[in-house]
Amino acid sequence: MRTTLTGNHAQSLAAKLARVQVVSAYPITPQTTIVEQIAEFVASGEMPAEFLEVESEHSALQACISAAAVGARTYTATSSQGLLLMHELLHWASGLRVPIVMGVVNRAVAPPWSIYADHTDAVAQRDTGWIQYYCESNQEVLDTVLQAYRLAEDPRVLLPAMVCEDAFFLSHTFEPVDVPTQEEVDAFLPPLTLPYALDPDRPARLGSYMPPEQYMEHRRNVAQGMEAAAEAIGDVERAFFERFGRDHGGALPLFACKDADAVLLTSGTAASTARAVVRAMRADGLKVGLAKLRVFRPWPVEALRELAQRVPRIAVLDRSFTFGFGGALFQEVRNSVQSPKGGPLVRGYIAGLGGRDLVPEMLRGILEDALAHDEPDVSWVGIKEGTAWPA
Amino acid sequence: MARLTIPERELMTSGHLGCPGCGATLVMRYVLKALGPRIMLTVPACCWAVMSGAFPRTCVGVPFLDCAFEATGASIQGLRAGLDARGMRDVTVVGFAGDGGTADIGLQSLSGALERGVDAIYVMYDNEAYMNTGVQRSGATPWGAWTTTTPAGREKGQEKKDMMRIVAAHDVPYAATASIAFPEDFVKKLEKSRDIRGPRFFHVLAPCPPGWKYPPEETVRLGRLAVDARVFPLYEIDHGRYRITRKAGRRTVREYVEKQGRFAHLTEEQVAEIQRRVDSRWAKLESLEKATAEVHA
Repeated sequence: MRTTLTGNHAQSLAAKLARVQVVSAYPITPQTTIVEQIAEFVASGEMPAEFLEVESEHSALQACISAAAVGARTYTATSSQGLLLMHELLHWASGLRVPIVMGVVNRAVAPPWSIYADHTDAVAQRDTGWIQYYCESNQEVLDTVLQAYRLAEDPRVLLPAMVCEDAFFLSHTFEPVDVPTQEEVDAFLPPLTLPYALDPDRPARLGSYMPPEQYMEHRRNVAQGMEAAAEAIGDVERAFFERFGRDHGGALPLFACKDADAVLLTSGTAASTARAVVRAMRADGLKVGLAKLRVFRPWPVEALRELAQRVPRIAVLDRSFTFGFGGALFQEVRNSVQSPKGGPLVRGYIAGLGGRDLVPEMLRGILEDALAHDEPDVSWVGIKEGTAWPA
Repeated sequence: MARLTIPERELMTSGHLGCPGCGATLVMRYVLKALGPRIMLTVPACCWAVMSGAFPRTCVGVPFLDCAFEATGASIQGLRAGLDARGMRDVTVVGFAGDGGTADIGLQSLSGALERGVDAIYVMYDNEAYMNTGVQRSGATPWGAWTTTTPAGREKGQEKKDMMRIVAAHDVPYAATASIAFPEDFVKKLEKSRDIRGPRFFHVLAPCPPGWKYPPEETVRLGRLAVDARVFPLYEIDHGRYRITRKAGRRTVREYVEKQGRFAHLTEEQVAEIQRRVDSRWAKLESLEKATAEVHA
């Protein structure tokens, strides 16, 4: 059924279609309409789920973890400070191998207060063992939530997953979305079977203390789950395509990269603008392409290395800022594609923070800058130099 | 012949990693006896996160989910919701946390769970300091006590946080204090609470030999003395009605504190001050018992 939905309602509808059994959430702008819609689904009886209105994001995720530990399919959603407050529990979820799916509406981190698009909230959680998808359209949001459950619950994987969407650009913007039927979704997504679910008939402890002789093997085991996710993403995409007749290109979908002199790598809604810019520049005879980072975790190192063999320049646009040398995506791309034997030139660009518009001229400027330079560098794009702060 | 009121079943095996004379081991043992085996435990950071044993061993014969230090209240609600969603409505959810995890870092999630009416039992085993980390002051440490962060000369100058009053302010259906030194009273209260729906709270005093500085063989005697000196009265709040479950005993605060190294530095005036506070709290408790009996009559 084709309808119009906001990104947030695509999240809510996907959670309903996924037959989520326990939802636990705490309000934060711009996530709120996701859970408001779910509350209505539950109140009307359309969605037979337990809906927990907890007193913090920290409790929201703990409640999901505990519900998932007994084998229930769980969902939560948050943004910005809420995700930061969850940080400790993000580690708990991956360490306990519970396949929670969480909608993250990417919003800037305070201070200063800002409710607008920025990926720093989720990018700062890159080390917590969660799968991270970043979406470009509301169709992709709906489809990716369904894919995320199938991936997270894959017995080879058993890791939690975030489905990220840009604040307002997706969360509150209506777009046409093809909504699958419940029967189609049921056929794609069978009920959760958690091999380690707590069960009074088989008493066991989940989360035990582990001495130095065991701890590292457990961490390695979690890492192997993430490695398995890198493999399984493609399987999930294929199964999704077979069932619904569309897919979203896996972890690193490429556009016009085959003969490109420079490729812009970015994530989220910036990819839509970038695609239009690439088309326009191609029309002007410039050989440029787009690599959309759809999955940040697991890091698509193989796909990047393949890309690196074909293109001489990669311009990485981070819509986030993490302290260090350049943005997080920039650092990881460079680490993945460069070796003593060489590799493409990687230049980093930080732009679009706190909801600042990423306009076509800006993205064109980034690609032109990458084409014009031969040295690696990191720069902030669109900064108003000389901004005067009150004394 | 007197009826044996403590269930014979043992769901806690030998081999726990607690200190000799640990009061908290007895709290777990009686909880499991009274409520097991169709229960599911969730335990945050506390002595019991260690005492159960390192992976893959556990001395607890029921499902046991470790949770974040400050999140036991959320964890019991998640377990309840997950079990309900999976059709396991007969399983009782039990949050089992220390005083730090309950009165300090976990107070928010506990309050949330109580306010939301979560159908679960929450047991706070109170050894009156952060014992697992080596005896640091908590909100449940009593006035005048030594801890490693309140050394003698700068001993704790604030009153013990009254968790029962905080819990009662949420109008929960059932809350009770209990002691490992009075297992019949403890088990009776647990069994009573099992058939009540909604949040049920237990504040259980768990004497701690290394933290309180007394010989391990004195744990039960000291627990008894705490109750009989009225330092830790046994009572319940059943749907708002207070009932003191042990009134007998006329022991003094002096007898109680002089057995513990953590109070060795106290002056005569300080001991007298504690006695005054204990008497005052007891008088208030009796008046609450009387007043609520009239309301519920």
